Amino acid sequence: MAFAYFPHTDADVNAMLARIGVGSLEELYADVPADVVYRKEYDLPSAMSEMEIRRCFEGLGRKNKPVTVMCGCGAYDHYQPAVIPALISRAEYLTAYTPYQAEISQGTLRYIFEYQSMIAELTGMECANASMYDGATAAAEAMMMAMAATRKKTRVLIADTLLPQVAEVVRTYAKYHGVVIGTVAHKDGNTDLADLKAQLEAGDVAGVLVPSINRFGIVEDLTGFADAVHAQKGLLMVYADPSALAVVRTPGEWGADVACGDGQTLGIPMSFGGPYVGFLACKKEHVRKLPGRIVGETTDVDGKRAFVLTLQAREQHIRREKANSNICSNQSLMALYVTIYLSLMGKQGLKEVCNQSYGAAHYLHDQLVATGLFAPVFDRPFLKEFVLKTTIPVEKLQQALLDGGFFGALATEEGYVSFAATERRTREEIDRMIDLIKSI
Amino acid sequence: MAKTIEGLYYSESHEWVRVEGEYGYVGITDHAQQAMGNIVYVDMPEEGDEVEKDSDFGAVESVKAASDLIAPISGEVVEVNEALADAPELINKDAYENWIIKVKLSDASELEDLMNAEDYAAFCENEH
Amino acid sequence: MKYYDKLIFELSKPGRCGYSLPVSPWNTTADALPEGLRRTAAAELPEVSELDVVRHYTNLSNMNFGVDTGFYPLGSCTMKYNPKINEEMASLACFKDIHPLQPESTVQGVLELYYNLERSLSAITGMANFTLNPFAGAQGELTGLMVIRRYHELRGDMKRTKIIVPDSAHGTNPASAAVCGLDVVEVKSKPDGRIDIESLRPLLDDTIAGIMMTNPNTLGLFESEIKEIAKLVHDCGGLLYYDGANFNPLLGMVRPGDMGFDVLHLNLHKTFSTPHGGGGPGAGPVGVAAHLADCLPNPRVVLGADGKYQLLTSETSCGRVSGFMGNFGVLIRAYTYILSLGKENIRMAGPLAVLNANYIKESLKDCYKLPIDMTCMHEFVFDGLLDKSTGITTLDVAKRLLDYGFHAPTIYFPLLFHQAIMIEPTETESKETLDGFIEVMRRIAEEAIANPEELHSAPHNTPVRRLDETTAAKNPILTYRESLCKK
Repeated sequence: MAFAYFPHTDADVNAMLARIGVGSLEELYADVPADVVYRKEYDLPSAMSEMEIRRCFEGLGRKNKPVTVMCGCGAYDHYQPAVIPALISRAEYLTAYTPYQAEISQGTLRYIFEYQSMIAELTGMECANASMYDGATAAAEAMMMAMAATRKKTRVLIADTLLPQVAEVVRTYAKYHGVVIGTVAHKDGNTDLADLKAQLEAGDVAGVLVPSINRFGIVEDLTGFADAVHAQKGLLMVYADPSALAVVRTPGEWGADVACGDGQTLGIPMSFGGPYVGFLACKKEHVRKLPGRIVGETTDVDGKRAFVLTLQAREQHIRREKANSNICSNQSLMALYVTIYLSLMGKQGLKEVCNQSYGAAHYLHDQLVATGLFAPVFDRPFLKEFVLKTTIPVEKLQQALLDGGFFGALATEEGYVSFAATERRTREEIDRMIDLIKSI
Repeated sequence: MAKTIEGLYYSESHEWVRVEGEYGYVGITDHAQQAMGNIVYVDMPEEGDEVEKDSDFGAVESVKAASDLIAPISGEVVEVNEALADAPELINKDAYENWIIKVKLSDASELEDLMNAEDYAAFCENEH
Repeated sequence: MKYYDKLIFELSKPGRCGYSLPVSPWNTTADALPEGLRRTAAAELPEVSELDVVRHYTNLSNMNFGVDTGFYPLGSCTMKYNPKINEEMASLACFKDIHPLQPESTVQGVLELYYNLERSLSAITGMANFTLNPFAGAQGELTGLMVIRRYHELRGDMKRTKIIVPDSAHGTNPASAAVCGLDVVEVKSKPDGRIDIESLRPLLDDTIAGIMMTNPNTLGLFESEIKEIAKLVHDCGGLLYYDGANFNPLLGMVRPGDMGFDVLHLNLHKTFSTPHGGGGPGAGPVGVAAHLADCLPNPRVVLGADGKYQLLTSETSCGRVSGFMGNFGVLIRAYTYILSLGKENIRMAGPLAVLNANYIKESLKDCYKLPIDMTCMHEFVFDGLLDKSTGITTLDVAKRLLDYGFHAPTIYFPLLFHQAIMIEPTETESKETLDGFIEVMRRIAEEAIANPEELHSAPHNTPVRRLDETTAAKNPILTYRESLCKK
């Protein structure tokens, strides 16, 4: 039976076999030992038509329960402008390969150059790569960069206030890569400079990874961190929410050598955790240690401005086991989401997103506290996310919210509950959730 | 035809050593720079690093290739050629004038394992 | 394709805007943050209208080649057709708007998809269990190696720190091994590009964690002695890793699990038709034999006794490799493709890919040098033109193909041949497309003799021509700000 994705007619197959000089398709597999050819029926469903596939997915979709998102912890419900899906679906972007053949890939190469420029602007860094898988793996790559840049050192310190999933991925990579991880404690919700200094004293620290906005939602004060880390010849690496960098102090302003984080907040749907895009940016002096693809500007033989993958001799396909990273692909298409998003939002729009998120989150915070059932844990500034203590048993609270169609009150390891609100949350939604909580 | 210079010591991995007293200047040979093509970056160690004979101490990169630098002799790096940081193409211009590292030799007898200019030229000839 | 020379920053004009947000209902703004925590100078983002953005990115896209534009004979990349229904399923709101930390009870449909896709990949590869968390092939490799290291560690076998990699392997194999803290031991290939068992034998001892193999290998040849290799490696206590980069020819014909492999990764963006997106996102699921299932990364999707799907985190796992659950959107596309294939069509996928590759090979071997003249699998390698007197290099041939509306093949890989041209057509290309490609390749071989200068200076008809890559690498300009400074 004919199949839409295979164009071969019987006549085609026969003509092609004749050119090759074999009698059957099976003969093409003569090098495969007969006992490893799979002859049984595959344990798969029968082929489905498009209509059947639609029904299948609609059925799966109905098993999910739609909720209004009132928390974050690494993924945030920001608004995605209509222009993004319209442009992203262009097959010239979607179905293109990695832009090795620069002459027919200037579209991809140019938007990546724009993406690198925008990430550098947001983070206050001098350069950025063409993207990583997600924020957590970008942080792990930052750790490996610090190891490569400082040579011979064996330790990397990470803040206790990093998002738990980011810390866990960093620890996994560290374990196998042979890096000893130390944790810097926090004091009242902010990474403790005194503890950092004490741990740096022990020496052998290649780098220190701290969040710009931490897992409690607090905008961290990193005054003195860069000096302390640099005094020990280590790298300061800052994990940041790039959306927030429209308003909060940048990794560059804090004196960081490397900035990393997740670009999901810049126009990418939450999509159950992926695909997102990790960003990794640094000072120019470390560019040779920066992993992954990098696009640079140059000219062609006719003198036209053109863009090309550059500094390739750092990469795995050339350096093999001596490369600093094994990464081959990037999240190019997701970098395009970010580039289009930032083009649309521009200087003012991204600030406005932060302002409205700030407004919604602070309203939510104040309303929760006003119920008398919640109390602040830390007296620290936050943008769109915060934690509270509550007198309601956490599981009961979470279930009540879910029953009312809200997803919020994620528990931290300390038993606090975490909430977040973006520009998408309305006063009506927040009030409805507060009423729900009051009725528990 | 690649150039060689009398009085230098040569390794099979195409590095040369010029000995001055207790120090050795190390670079890559003309043959090596020709094989690499346009050199765009030289990855160098830091002053004070120890290099060990037959171990890599850095790399030279062209646009689409990288070649490890293998130390022909052991010792402490006392100087690196900073000029190469901004102008790696100097190696293409003159591979023997533009050394990469200056090493305080820890064992001068290691030089005996290296080739003279004539033997190295013959070695390159045979490699093809 | 038309050259278009703008960057979005160059369209910017202060005061213009491309966004549409509601009037803020709140009486506070982020200006209330303490001054020391606020950014001082604004980020120089473009200020452009919505139409500016739409035109700009439409014009940029017109300088791109994609599978929907034309044929990609790109070896080891499996550039097959990316079905449109896949895209539509991945953009359904019931999947797109889900927060990754939502309670299991609210995402049963999502978890069922994970579970079904894992089961399907198990059926297709013969591996007992899968994780879908790795984001790409390279990360799948790294994850697979972590699983191997964790397996040895749990058995208290700490000596196994070396991994064997054939000299014909993709560069990613040794790079992943190094990131994973393993020492790479290279094993030589025989003249026909297959692993030399006699070279392998002396390497096998109790320090070997395993061997990484690509089968068929990068020359497109099936490692016919695979079962003997598997026995040797297992006898020394090592594990076999299967690099799924070249799985496509085996799709519907051969299962790596039946060849003795313990761990494998698949590239869903190759074999399972998800779009490459100009370099990503992809997905690199890792499958393992039953005795390694406990080492798979956290968290895993399991089906509980109550019929509900759950996320399981375990102590024996190799750890966590992704912030959440991998590239879910890519997984939806691959699952859609598997449903389209079904147990019937899958039978033809590998064989038609192999047919297409052999057809091109046989049609061109009288003008291009075929160093290994055997039946290939999904791809094969030419070593440049047959007539070496013209001075035309593989790069020239590749660039000339662009003039004729084809993407270039993979060139200068594998490293075993100096002028390697690696061609992989995939099963979704028709005989007519292949005939067109063959005709052009023959014409280029003629041009190499008649008009070599035309080839040395190719391409001529593309939006830009050959680039100055040396200057780009020597004095990298990596941002718009830097570009402005240099001018």
